[in-house]
Amino acid sequence: MLAERDDVTLLAGGTDAMVEINDGHRRPQGPVVAVNRIPDLRSWRHDRAAGTLTIGACVTYTELMDPAIATLVPALAEASRTVGSPQIRNAGTLGGNLGTCSPAGDGLPVLAALDATVTLASRSGTRTMPVTEFMVGVKRTAIEPGELITEVTLPVVDGWQGYAKVGVRNAMVIAIASTCVVFDRAAQTVRVALGSVGPTILRCPDAEAHLASHVDWNTMSAAADDLDRFGTLVSDASRPITDHRSSAEYRRHAVGVLARRLAQRAATPAGPPGAPA
Amino acid sequence: MTIVEETATTGTARHGALGTSPTRPDGVAKVQGSFEFSSDISADGCLWGATLRSPHPYARIVSIDPSAAWQIDGVQAVITAEDVPGQMTYGLISQDQPVFAGDVVRYVGEPVAAVAADDPETCRRAIEALAVEYEVLDPLTDAEAAIAGDHPPIHPDGNVIRHQRIVCGDPDATGEVVVEGTYEIGMQDQAFLGLEAALAIPDPGGKGVELHIATQWLHEDRAQIAACLGLPEDAVRLVLGGVGGAFGAREDISLQVHTCLLALRLARPVRMAYSRAESFLGHVHRHPATIWMRHHATGTGEIVKIESRMVFDGGAYASTSSAVLVNAITLAQGPYRCPNAVVDGWAVRTNHLPCGAMRGFGAVQACFAYETQMDRLAAACDVDPVDLRILNAMRTGDTLITGQPVLNVAPVAECIRETAALPLPDEPVGGAPMPDGGPDVMKLPGGAGRTADASNIVRGIGWGASIKNLMYSEAFDDYSTARCRIEDGVVTLKFATAEVGQGFVTLAPQIARTVLGIDDVRLDRIDTLIGSSGSTSASRQTWMSGGAVNAACLAVRAKIFEHVASSNGLDAETLLIDGTDIVEPATGWRQDAVEACAGQTFDETAEYHHPPTTELDEHGQGSPHTAFAFVAHRAVVDVDPDLGLVKVVQIATAQDVGRALNPLSVIGQIEGGIAQGLGLAVMEEIIQIDGVIRNGNFTDYLLPTFLDMPPVVATLIEEPDPLAPLGAKGVGEPPTISSTPAIVAAIRDALRQVDGVGKPLHRVPVRPGDICL
Ligand SMILES: Cc1cc2nc3c(=O)[nH]c(=O)nc-3n(C[C@H](O)[C@H](O)[C@H](O)COP(=O)(O)OP(=O)(O)OC[C@H]3O[C@@H](n4cnc5c(N)ncnc54)[C@H](O)[C@@H]3O)c2cc1C
Repeated sequence: MLAERDDVTLLAGGTDAMVEINDGHRRPQGPVVAVNRIPDLRSWRHDRAAGTLTIGACVTYTELMDPAIATLVPALAEASRTVGSPQIRNAGTLGGNLGTCSPAGDGLPVLAALDATVTLASRSGTRTMPVTEFMVGVKRTAIEPGELITEVTLPVVDGWQGYAKVGVRNAMVIAIASTCVVFDRAAQTVRVALGSVGPTILRCPDAEAHLASHVDWNTMSAAADDLDRFGTLVSDASRPITDHRSSAEYRRHAVGVLARRLAQRAATPAGPPGAPA
Repeated sequence: MTIVEETATTGTARHGALGTSPTRPDGVAKVQGSFEFSSDISADGCLWGATLRSPHPYARIVSIDPSAAWQIDGVQAVITAEDVPGQMTYGLISQDQPVFAGDVVRYVGEPVAAVAADDPETCRRAIEALAVEYEVLDPLTDAEAAIAGDHPPIHPDGNVIRHQRIVCGDPDATGEVVVEGTYEIGMQDQAFLGLEAALAIPDPGGKGVELHIATQWLHEDRAQIAACLGLPEDAVRLVLGGVGGAFGAREDISLQVHTCLLALRLARPVRMAYSRAESFLGHVHRHPATIWMRHHATGTGEIVKIESRMVFDGGAYASTSSAVLVNAITLAQGPYRCPNAVVDGWAVRTNHLPCGAMRGFGAVQACFAYETQMDRLAAACDVDPVDLRILNAMRTGDTLITGQPVLNVAPVAECIRETAALPLPDEPVGGAPMPDGGPDVMKLPGGAGRTADASNIVRGIGWGASIKNLMYSEAFDDYSTARCRIEDGVVTLKFATAEVGQGFVTLAPQIARTVLGIDDVRLDRIDTLIGSSGSTSASRQTWMSGGAVNAACLAVRAKIFEHVASSNGLDAETLLIDGTDIVEPATGWRQDAVEACAGQTFDETAEYHHPPTTELDEHGQGSPHTAFAFVAHRAVVDVDPDLGLVKVVQIATAQDVGRALNPLSVIGQIEGGIAQGLGLAVMEEIIQIDGVIRNGNFTDYLLPTFLDMPPVVATLIEEPDPLAPLGAKGVGEPPTISSTPAIVAAIRDALRQVDGVGKPLHRVPVRPGDICL
């Protein structure tokens, strides 16, 4: 059906789409096609040889929190745990997070930090693109009519990674600032991605380069000054706005604090529970 | 989880009688999801109604063209202001709010028209198809401009709803120590979970209507609805639909008149139900307020005088603004003695969402100001905040700044002392260490967001105490009516008391069982086929409707005793109820109460009135209030000073309850009230920018979740109030009032530990940026 008409609305968990429909922000004109029972979209695989993990678009947050996946991409499991309530995590999918492409989508900073790729399928075949190209703007993606997100592929990285999110409530809250930090020991690089501080997820090249060159990769430690500088550079990389959820000033400040704290967790032998040191 | 530290309600009361906590009759159904809320009520052949609302805060309506809506299949009616047959406006205190905007709209969300159609989707399309042309006007969004007269009147009644001064004692008195501040309270929503919904069933011939409605006060609704429909009151019958919370938001008319108008016009049953977004527009909210306050005290911290200027933004229509303002100004001293005062209060009209009743009703706003002042005073006098409060604590016989003596039991010092005696949390920051030795992130500020490590966190402690008036004020006779009938040994109670979740349906049978000694007590339908019970608000139903049920049961009991006395040759005056028996103590004669009533029918109706109160004179002097209750709160809060996130760890409270008639219900009120106080302290606020609501949904209007709500440790201070019919005080509002300042004080305390200075935090809700930037 997707191949034949371009007025199809795809529905995965429905946790974004149904809210928009119920609020009258969206009125499907054509058929609504539920994709979340398609077995291929619901599965994931770990390619040890390639060192990659491929996650079907309809894998839910609850499934991403399962230790089998969580040990491979801990930051994605942490991000998943911050999403909504258990009910939302049971229904909501990574593909839906991408499809909505909100700057506050919690899965997205992790995908961006890991340089994940997104695979899209249509009648004319499949194409794969970096997630940073997939995300075009606030709730705008590179999906063409007739295309479906099938899967996301990301590297299994050796090194500490983590995700932190600020909301004005201790759970079940939309991010007003979020940060993912990944340490890649093999490549000796640091990657940082920020949510809710720009039209899409932002990477922070200056901050990444600064910290990568100041981390002692043998002992996995960094001087306090360098961590401070890292936080400042992350704040500088943000492009937040002021809205009813928060001020731009606070958002800029918060991503810097989060980045510094995450980096410190990586550089401290004993990380927080659930995260490999 | 609440730990009740101690309660005097012990002993031998039989289960189901007063002092015990029987299961709620509606409890199982509510938990299992089978309870019929008003949104679940339907009727055969019923149509749906929907409302068209203004998108502008202030605009002139140039024209309304319904023709496109009529083109839609299934549209049955379109009505506007022109179709209101009776009074065009309604309102609780002054009738200034139109059923539909006629010439002007005064807030975003004001009803302009309503439609009825075969189904909700057709209604939605019809609403979209209604073409309204507006001439946009310059909105009044600044309360000070309303006072200054800088904006032309946005309503024929003017931009000032009420201005009231209080001058008490020596207005020129001064103290050795002076502290002052300006405090701001944001607009809070009651956020009940059961959205507004109603079903109207017209009488044949359109001579009357029956409305099934979730409300707080059936009779007041009826009076306002009948006036607007142009029908006599007895042609309008109201039946309480299942209410999913109220908190003040159901005191005013919302969809009542619209639903009845559509049903009468079409001679068919009509249902209306609001969405969450519509609910934010469809009911009144807690007033945002700006309060300047100055305390004068002796060097040791004894209050000499308070001065205050309070400005309450009432939004577009008056609702209960004038009464909310009077609560705030008359309770400005808090639960403390204060010989001199000059207080100036304003409730003004703006093009914001209308504000009215919400749990705490004016006392909340005042309390945030006076409790913050008490902490500042303690600091200025170098006195411990607890000692300062006890030093100034009000006692029975002290007077308000209006000159009214406080005649009730007033255990203010006990509330504070007992709160202080409650144990502090024994868990460290982040909770007991997890198996791996780390903290439980869910117990740190930021929770699931994993924003903090335990080393980032500072713990603070803060205090709050408050006074709340119970029942209605200013010469209002908010009486209640109840009927008690015994037939075949079964008691049936009838009243119009709105059960909004507070548990009167549990309490009323407890009263009957205790008074009559009969266990089988049933409840008749809650409707207008009996006299008024007054509103389920102002912490008043246990006192007022409890008083009425008690009086009706006592009247029946007197009849039973007469009957028993005459059939057994006893003196009715000497009989008593002992458990389920009627006894004559002197002789040891006893008979089971059910047996004693066999074959007899007794039926009595009673009204309960509280003693009259007075209005305020031009100097704000008078005895406006009926009764008072007190409470103290201690908050322990973990704060992340760098990110501005908080986790409330524990609330301790000792509350003056008079007598705990149903201890579990009291705890329920304490926990729920604290959750709402916590919400106001750290997250709940309706944001309006240029008169447009920006967060009218639960994605952005944040309510505390399970992870935000801390354990509560509570002590019930039980000193039965001789002025209360059952010794019990209202308990619904006090928990909300001083929990808010206590939490904010704890945040200040934590921040002070960081740099020795801290942050003033003069505004609630406290936002992360207020803490860390
Ligand atoms: C109460 C609540 C709390 C929430 N909390 C959070 C939160 O904390 N963090 C967060 O990030 N999000 C949150 N969300 C939003 C939502 O849950 C997530 O964005 C989720 O990932 C959406 O997934 P879904 O499967 O439900 O998507 P759907 O709603 O089914 O779809 C979302 C969009 O993606 C499109 N789509 C879905 N699948 C595909 C596909 N395979 N190919 C192409 N397009 C597709 C749909 O057409 C639609 O446009 C919350 C939502 C609710 C209702």
